[in-house]
Amino acid sequence: MRLPPDKTVAIEGPAAARHGAALTRPSGRLLAIAAMVVAAALVPLIATNFVIFQLTLVMVYGLAILGLNLLTGINGQFSLGHSAFYGIGAYTAAILMDKIDLGYVWTLPCAGAVCFLVGLLFGLPALRLQGLYLALATFALAAALPQILKFGPLEDFTGGVQGIVLLKPDPPAGVPLNPDQWLYYFTLAVLLAMLAGAANLVNSRTGRALMAIRDHPIAAAAMGINPALYKTVTFGLSAFYTGVAGALGAIAVQFVAPDSFGFLLSVSFLVGLVIGGVGSIPGSLVGGLFVLYVPNIAERVSTGLAGAIYGVILLLVIFVMPSGAAGFTRLALARATAWRAR
Amino acid sequence: MELLLQQVMAGLANGAIYALMALAVVMIYQAIDHLNFAQGEMAMFSTFIAWQLIQWGQPYWAAFAITVVLSFLGGVAIERILFKPIHNAPILAQLGAFIALFSILNSSAGEIWNFTIKSFPTPFGMEPLLGERLISTHEAGMIGVTAVILGLLYLFFRGSRLGLAMRAAAANPESARLVGIRVGWMIALGWGMSAAIGAVAGMLIAPVVFLEPNMMLGVLLYGFSGAVLGGLSSPGGAVAGGFAVGVIENLAGTFVPYFGRELKLSIALVVIVAVLLVRPAGLFGRAVVSRV
Amino acid sequence: MNRSRRQLLVAMGLGGMAVLVPGAARAEKKYDTGATDTEIKIGNTCFYSGPASSYGTIGRCETAFFKMINEQGGINGRKINFISYDDAYSPPKTVEQVRKLVESDEVLFMFNPLGTPTNTAVHKYLNAKKVPHVFVGTGATKWGDPEHFPWTIGFQPNYQSEGRIYAGYIIEQHPDAKIAVLYQNDDYGKDYVKGLKDGLGEKAKSMVVSEAPYETTDPTVDSQIVNLKASGADLFYNVAIPKFAAQAIRKVAELGWKPAHILNNVASSVGVTLKPAGLENSKGILSTFWLKDPTDPTWKDDAGFKQWVAFMDKYYPEGDKSDLNNVYPYTVSQTLIQVLKQCGDDLTRDNIMKQAVNLHDLELPMLLPGIRVNTSPTDFYPVKQMQMARFDGEGGDCSVR
Repeated sequence: MRLPPDKTVAIEGPAAARHGAALTRPSGRLLAIAAMVVAAALVPLIATNFVIFQLTLVMVYGLAILGLNLLTGINGQFSLGHSAFYGIGAYTAAILMDKIDLGYVWTLPCAGAVCFLVGLLFGLPALRLQGLYLALATFALAAALPQILKFGPLEDFTGGVQGIVLLKPDPPAGVPLNPDQWLYYFTLAVLLAMLAGAANLVNSRTGRALMAIRDHPIAAAAMGINPALYKTVTFGLSAFYTGVAGALGAIAVQFVAPDSFGFLLSVSFLVGLVIGGVGSIPGSLVGGLFVLYVPNIAERVSTGLAGAIYGVILLLVIFVMPSGAAGFTRLALARATAWRAR
Repeated sequence: MELLLQQVMAGLANGAIYALMALAVVMIYQAIDHLNFAQGEMAMFSTFIAWQLIQWGQPYWAAFAITVVLSFLGGVAIERILFKPIHNAPILAQLGAFIALFSILNSSAGEIWNFTIKSFPTPFGMEPLLGERLISTHEAGMIGVTAVILGLLYLFFRGSRLGLAMRAAAANPESARLVGIRVGWMIALGWGMSAAIGAVAGMLIAPVVFLEPNMMLGVLLYGFSGAVLGGLSSPGGAVAGGFAVGVIENLAGTFVPYFGRELKLSIALVVIVAVLLVRPAGLFGRAVVSRV
Repeated sequence: MNRSRRQLLVAMGLGGMAVLVPGAARAEKKYDTGATDTEIKIGNTCFYSGPASSYGTIGRCETAFFKMINEQGGINGRKINFISYDDAYSPPKTVEQVRKLVESDEVLFMFNPLGTPTNTAVHKYLNAKKVPHVFVGTGATKWGDPEHFPWTIGFQPNYQSEGRIYAGYIIEQHPDAKIAVLYQNDDYGKDYVKGLKDGLGEKAKSMVVSEAPYETTDPTVDSQIVNLKASGADLFYNVAIPKFAAQAIRKVAELGWKPAHILNNVASSVGVTLKPAGLENSKGILSTFWLKDPTDPTWKDDAGFKQWVAFMDKYYPEGDKSDLNNVYPYTVSQTLIQVLKQCGDDLTRDNIMKQAVNLHDLELPMLLPGIRVNTSPTDFYPVKQMQMARFDGEGGDCSVR
């Protein structure tokens, strides 16, 4: 629920509400985003290496969830298979770095391109499937990948069950950062670029077309939107995003192994999507935070019941924020603005 | 030739497991229009309860009956307490709740009963059937029970007022409310029945796979595949799909050269997806045609 | 960096003061990060959640064990602070948790972290940081490589050497056997198969007639067994975890197939695997052991066994006393205690490694009689011996050699 900007401009009121109002203005939002980017850029200068590493992973998962969001949140195609795109991206990067010594920077576009293709190829037949039937098809992809990666004859490429160990990239000469900090900034830069791209897409005609297809497919088709084209390309794009995330993840963790990229990872992404808010781009990062930190919290409470505590926390969050963090924020802001406008 | 026959029989035996699970999956799909990820864990938890009752000295059929009743009530309770409050939330939020339930049940079962495998008794015995070594009495019993449950469900849905009310509530909640059907309670009933079927499935599956907290994840995924293959709108189709998945997987693993051995799950899934592409609503499902 | 330096200075200061105390002729105390006069911080990762959570009991047993040690006064007056984190069998999570332990919790060393891919992920990191990676909790073969990874040492007999033991037995007793293999499709399963094939050498190609992998998400392995039987093999090499091993044993009996049956050590427990599979069906199965099987009545009156039971009763009553996964951590932890005792007051990381590879004929209560722990600077395989035994159908094993 968004109030039109002009209504909130000149009215006085308490600071909090004014702040709330400010955030619904486009320039207010830009300011908030700028503030967050600056904060994110300052973190490595004050945090320990370990926390920097954790936050790098948060960004990686956030990016992966963003990819899923494009497909499921914006375009309404349900996917249980994003672990496959993440895994393909990770392995592409790993194999290129390991076998032909490709620089880590170049592995990102390669991983993205490969995943885009796979996504397109998958998206084509997926056009015929809806809802749970599509879910099964994507599940098939997720379940098949670890098996393919472990497949004997491919072992020379994939490292088989032993996986591939990678080296951590060093910062370029002359840059006074340690490898963790450098990787953080690198990931941050990639993330910001891709976030901007996604935001651009969603706010454009194409984005509206995608959402129209999600909400009212028949009406959308009647309006001249070609669902087949849009849906297939979205699949490819979504896979691209998650694939790049996979590559970044492989570089950060410095290791890939087949069983890390199975169905359970897809479930994690879905949880992140739900927590962040379906269809919300910034929400994806909140999802990433959840996916990384909440299992740690759950474990702190009880090692034996770590899974149960995780489930309980997840349930609580869903009860309190059924539309995810994004929905919750929107609601809170709207309430603040409405209260101030009284 | 003998190998083919053996693998088909083994596939049918496994398929009976998947078919039972698929039935429970379709049951809940009919009620709430999506898949309950925690279905398998609920079945597993029920089976542990039955096991515990047997450990405490209850005879098998008493434990069986008590467990089915408790599972039914448990299913209704879970629906009323956990899912009713969020049934207006986006579908994916409900999905998140299923995942949470999965996690809670799996972890709790591990904590209460730990992870070593346990034998679970079977009322049918494990002797080879008819003296042949192709299929055991228990596996035949499973197929029999699946058929019976299927028959009962058919009678219930087609022949009883309550069954009709449930179908109405699932197909068109608005109109159902207008004729006085308590839609909320129909959903709860669907959950209860699904939980009960799941409990039966678990108690029949455990003797074959051994009881332990992680026994149902694979079964659920195969059951889900079978249900989708057969068509989510058709319980009979789901059962057929379950059997089909079992047989396809076994044959893929045995007869596909070079890839079959290590990739049989992938191949089976590829086959299923291929079938879906030809028949997007499943083999026996009804394609929903909507008026625009 | 700062913190450890400060700690070191404080420790040295304290050490200096101790020297001034009349009558106390102490050896010089040396500490690295994580060790003080009163505490030794140890790091660990284990699977408490996720698909492999059945192994979580290992971490909990170790926690209970160190609690017992602390209640008995600690080691050389120091309490053990055992910090164990969950990595849910996910290598990215392991990297995160290990970095936390090393950089944030500042542990002295890593003890018995579990899993092969999980440990592979942190192998280079720990060696680069020169943090002892002690008694790694997997049977993979790669942990005993002092030349390239001087900070990592394994513990249990590795899977490949076990496979080679079986190969030796087969060549001796069944030289014309046709072998069928069931194995789990991951590093553990493949390691066992490699060991067998390496041990058979040239004859592997002709002797191994059929291999059937399975995934842990497979509900049963019945189909694989049907295929293996159809290959005409007369020796069955069963490389599976208890659940699938038991299914396999049962299916083999159901099919009326009577091969010579070799079972991997991971599933060798009578109570955990053979009983559910059917004691009658398990008659004649051959396996190797290095720990005492708690479900084997042979050890009923054994002093070591009773000691273990007493420990479980008092400190880890909720643990399953039939599970070898509760005997293993007991034994590894005792080995660590020996290492720490040998370190005395020199608790530097260097010395931890030095003492870890300085174990001679260490006898432990739950090791099979005759098996000892031995390490040296060129021998990074603490437990190398195993005993082969055949199941007699009644609940006990009798030695074959």
